[in-house]
Amino acid sequence: MTTRIDRRMAKLKAEGRPALVTYIMGGDPDYETSLSIMKTLPASGSDVIELGMPFSDPMADGPAIQAAGLRALKGGQTLARTLKMASEFRAGDDETPIVLMGYYNPIYIYGVDRFLADAKASGIDGLIVVDLPPEMDEELCIPALKAGVNFIRLATPTTDDKRLPKVLENTSGFVYYVSMTGITGSALADTAKVSAAVTRIKGHTALPVCVGFGVKTAEQARVIGASADGVVVGTAIVNAIANVLGPKGEKTADPAEAVATLVSGLAQGVRSARLAAAE
Amino acid sequence: MNKPAMPNSFRTGPDEQGMFGIFGGRFVAETLMPLILDLEEQWNHAKNDPEFKAELQNLSTHYAGRPSKLYFAEGLTKHLGGAKVFFKREDLNHTGSHKINNCLGQILLAKRMGKKRIIAETGAGQHGVASATVAARFGYPCIVYMGATDVARQSPNVFRMKLLGAEVRPVTAGHGTLKDAMNEALRDWVTNVEDTYYLIGTAAGPHPYPEMVRDFQSVIGSEARAQMLEQEGRLPDVIIAAVGGGSNAIGLFHPFLDDKEVRIIGIEAGGRGLDGVEHCASMNAGKPGVLHGNRTYLLQNSDGQILDGHSISAGLDYPGVGPEHSWLRDSGRVQYEPILDDEALEAFQLTTRVEGIIPALESAHAIAHAMKIVPKMDKDQLVIVNLSGRGDKDVHTVAKMLGMEI
Repeated sequence: MTTRIDRRMAKLKAEGRPALVTYIMGGDPDYETSLSIMKTLPASGSDVIELGMPFSDPMADGPAIQAAGLRALKGGQTLARTLKMASEFRAGDDETPIVLMGYYNPIYIYGVDRFLADAKASGIDGLIVVDLPPEMDEELCIPALKAGVNFIRLATPTTDDKRLPKVLENTSGFVYYVSMTGITGSALADTAKVSAAVTRIKGHTALPVCVGFGVKTAEQARVIGASADGVVVGTAIVNAIANVLGPKGEKTADPAEAVATLVSGLAQGVRSARLAAAE
Repeated sequence: MNKPAMPNSFRTGPDEQGMFGIFGGRFVAETLMPLILDLEEQWNHAKNDPEFKAELQNLSTHYAGRPSKLYFAEGLTKHLGGAKVFFKREDLNHTGSHKINNCLGQILLAKRMGKKRIIAETGAGQHGVASATVAARFGYPCIVYMGATDVARQSPNVFRMKLLGAEVRPVTAGHGTLKDAMNEALRDWVTNVEDTYYLIGTAAGPHPYPEMVRDFQSVIGSEARAQMLEQEGRLPDVIIAAVGGGSNAIGLFHPFLDDKEVRIIGIEAGGRGLDGVEHCASMNAGKPGVLHGNRTYLLQNSDGQILDGHSISAGLDYPGVGPEHSWLRDSGRVQYEPILDDEALEAFQLTTRVEGIIPALESAHAIAHAMKIVPKMDKDQLVIVNLSGRGDKDVHTVAKMLGMEI
């Protein structure tokens, strides 16, 4: 069973360029604005959309994404509304893969089976759940795979060769390599080390490997994209939204336009990155 | 919730996955997972290593001042006119609370693992002080994350930590209490995972912390059980302890879990009442969810967003609870009751006047429950209350509540 993620990654591989994976927080700063931002992403050059599910206690996120989550929650966002947002987007775009990203508790409270059924119906293709390591696969990973939803695992610099097979075992869609030990929004790690890690992971799996955490500019996207199958940008996009919000949350410019400008630049970056000929 | 089947023993958990029934587990980011597995392995070696046990024993005796006394609270007993009340005097430990028991154990583990830096979270500051103390004693840099609200209401402890050489980092996220401090400590840990030991202060977090902290704190119950047998020739009828994260409570309870004749009561912070959201009674008013590495009862809304809660006592101001307590609640072995801010305040004042002991506000919650049940008990019945800490740190909070200036 192939998903939109599998098809999109295969297509980009044939084109010989990495994917641009863009993260936005669902409902930031409010539902309508967030949906309008989401709708502009594919035209700006985003290949895969990561849609953040806000959580009150985002333990792996830095200040920018913490603040985005709080804005969304303040704006009334819930998991149900995030799913609704995905389905509204899906009504106009049946190609761009959507990956939900967040923490387990809201899903657990929603109910795993009900969540998977609703996610599938809303056009969700994959899940990234930060606080579900392979040791907890029975919770959501296995049911998701059965439901035909990709479960995208994070591999990190602390995931050594001994542990890697366990991390990859039930991973599907792509592998998300976290470029550093740290939280989202930190400075980018040494790119040579990141490339080496990507090569190491590729030695264990045929899945595409996307790299995230710390990528903020088109130039960084180009450098990382030279070895990775995809580049994930989150904090920079979230900051582009925050930058056009005033102290009381009022919009000083159009957030969708600000995001479109940034993403277009990043798209230039990944499009100028060439995958190694040996692939 | 379905009631789990009654086990033969309540003392065998957790299982190999770190689960107490459906509670517990290892809900952490992948970055931390290899470290948590390593910690578990090291802990499994250490707990069976005679050298480790001897070193901890030696420090407990000569540095922390164990065993702590089981004191017959004659003044309070006379005042209440029912069962005999005993205090397990954890307030007399070095640093003034039970927290040192766990910190000594974990600092020895950090040393064994070759870690270079200690981080900790703290609510009331008791765990922060105990962490800063063992870090000073063993020569480690120590960073303590503390909610900004707690920094304000526990200023004497903040100063103590600074004197001990620790860096106190106030956390302004959320309500600026223990939950937020724990988030920030986890962010530090995930960033500095190679050289940093996270000294968790309560019997919560990812496996193996709940088990490990419980085992370090079980010295409380083991001593109390032996002391009661020696002093009164029999086991107590009731034992009571306050539950925030629940380390002093699980420490007292665990050795008694299979003594079926002993009634065990855990006290949650009822704050301003369970009708609203200004309390921290996760087991009385919350539902199971996943936070800070484990599944447990949590205060949360219908969307799974965690609520902040409220308690007069910074040490109980946490919207979750250790996973073993959640399991003990569902299995029915332990009864969990709420005590309001005002009731704790009254117990604080009464104990100070009739016993000459200023209890921590956390411990005052447990005493407040004893005040409710002891008068209805027979005079030959025995009750142990865990006096988990001393209340010097709380005098500013109490003065403010009573409308006094100091």
